[in-house]
Amino acid sequence: MLKKTPLHPLHLELGAKMVPFAWWEMPVQYPTGIMAEHAACREGAALFDVSHMCQMEITGDDPAAALERLVPGGITSLAPGQARYTQLTTGAGGIYDDLIVTRDPGGLYVVANASMADQDVGLLRAGLPDCTLRVIEDHALIAVQGPAAAALVAGLVPAAEDLRFMQSAQAAWDGQDLRLSRLGYTGEDGFEISLPATAAEAFARALIAGGAMPAGLGARDTLRMEAGLPLYGQDIDQGTSPPEAGLGFSIPKRRRAEGGFPGAARILGELADGPARRLVGLRPEGRAPVRAGVEITAPDGTPLGTVTSGGFAPTLQAPISMGYVTASHAAPGTEIHVILRGKPQPATVTPLPFVPHRYKR
Amino acid sequence: MPTTYYTDDHEWIEVEDDTATIGITKHAAEQLGEVVFIELQPEGETFVKGDEIGVVESVKAASDIFAPVTGEILEANAALVETPAELNEDPEGNSWLYKIKLSDPGELSELLDAEGYAALIG
Repeated sequence: MLKKTPLHPLHLELGAKMVPFAWWEMPVQYPTGIMAEHAACREGAALFDVSHMCQMEITGDDPAAALERLVPGGITSLAPGQARYTQLTTGAGGIYDDLIVTRDPGGLYVVANASMADQDVGLLRAGLPDCTLRVIEDHALIAVQGPAAAALVAGLVPAAEDLRFMQSAQAAWDGQDLRLSRLGYTGEDGFEISLPATAAEAFARALIAGGAMPAGLGARDTLRMEAGLPLYGQDIDQGTSPPEAGLGFSIPKRRRAEGGFPGAARILGELADGPARRLVGLRPEGRAPVRAGVEITAPDGTPLGTVTSGGFAPTLQAPISMGYVTASHAAPGTEIHVILRGKPQPATVTPLPFVPHRYKR
Repeated sequence: MPTTYYTDDHEWIEVEDDTATIGITKHAAEQLGEVVFIELQPEGETFVKGDEIGVVESVKAASDIFAPVTGEILEANAALVETPAELNEDPEGNSWLYKIKLSDPGELSELLDAEGYAALIG
C-alpha cells in the first residue's frame, strides 16, 4: 500500500497522473504536461508537493556539533534560521544521502530524500545517541519555485520578502504556524513551506489561485537536471564521493582542516589531489536524449564512465546529460562519445549548471 | 477500402491492397507524453515482424517501435522527424511513421481489430 500525502485528493481533482515513487503515490504530471509545468517554473511559478520527503527535528545537547560527526558540512557555524546542503557520508567516503539542515534556536530541522528516509533516521539515531530525533509526520511540504514565487508567497505570508537564499523562518498563514525556507531544487528562486497536514490543501489552493501551476515529478526532474543538481540514487550514492560529484563547495575550510566525519581520509584526499573521476555536464550532438546508463568513451573508444541522468531540456530545447568521466576528460569543451543504442555519438563536456541559477542571494 | 489493424504494442496499421501506413495509437501517444525525438529507418530497409524499426522518445522515456508485420519501408515520415512534437497532435492521422510494402498479408490476421484494441486498453 503506497503512502499518500495530504495533497493526494487535490492531485486527483487536478487530473494528475499518479505513479509509485519511493513508497509514495505521487503526481508525475498534470494534464498540462511536463513542458508547460517546466516553463511555468522558469517563467512564473510552479507548485510541487514534496511532502514525501522526510522532515525531521533533532534536539538535545548541541545537536549541531553532534551532527558534524556524521556529515562534512559546516553545521555548528550555522546561524539560527540558516540552512545548508550537506551529505551523510559512509566510512569509505561515499554518500548515504544528501540533506538540507536548518538551524533553529531549539535544534536542527533536517529534510532528507523520501527513498532514504528509513536509512537516514536509523543512521542519525545511532550516530546521535545524546540527541532526540523526531520524524515530523503531521506536516506537508510544499515547494513554490520560479521568478514569480516570491511575490506570490509574500502575498500570503509577508515574511517571505525578508528571507534570502538558504534562510528559513517561522511564520503563520490563516492561523496556522508554518516554516518558510527560501530554497528548492529547480535552480529558481523559491520556497519550501512546511505546514500542518490539515492546512496543506487550503494553502496549496491559495497558491494555485494566485497563479502557481501544479507541477509533478516529471518537471521536477527536468528542472533539476537543467540546474545541474545531482539526484540521490542516480547521480550520487554510496559509490560516489562528494568531491567526485562536484559537492566540494559544501565542505567548508574548517571541516577540511579538522576532518572528523565519516570517510574523511578519502574525501579530504580527493579535495586536495582531485578525484580520479568527476560528475560532468554533457551536451550530446543532435536531438536524441541520452539517458542514465549510457556508456561514455573517449573518441578512440577508451571507456570513461557512464551517464547517470539525462533527457531533454525544455528550456534549451536540446538533450542534456550528467555523468561520470575519468578526470583527464572532465574539462569543459572536451569532446567525448556516448554509446547510444550501440552507436557512438559525439558529445561535449559542458559546465554545470546547464541553465543559470537564479537564487535570491 | 482501407482496413485498420492494431497491435498490443499500441501501433496501428492501415492497409490498402499490399501497402500499409503505420503509426502509434492515440493511447500510446498519451501514455508516452510529449514527444521530443523520433528516429526512423530509411526508405528501402526491409524488416521482419517484431524487428526494432524506430525509437520514439518523450520528455519522460524512450520507447522502441517494433515492426507489426514483415515488409519493406516505402517512405518514412521525414517531416515528423523534424518536428517530433507533432506526434502528440495527430498520432492516428498526419503523424504516421512509415508507409510500408507488406511481404506477407497473411500476418494481418494475427493483429487486433479496433474493437479488440479498445478492449485491450480498457
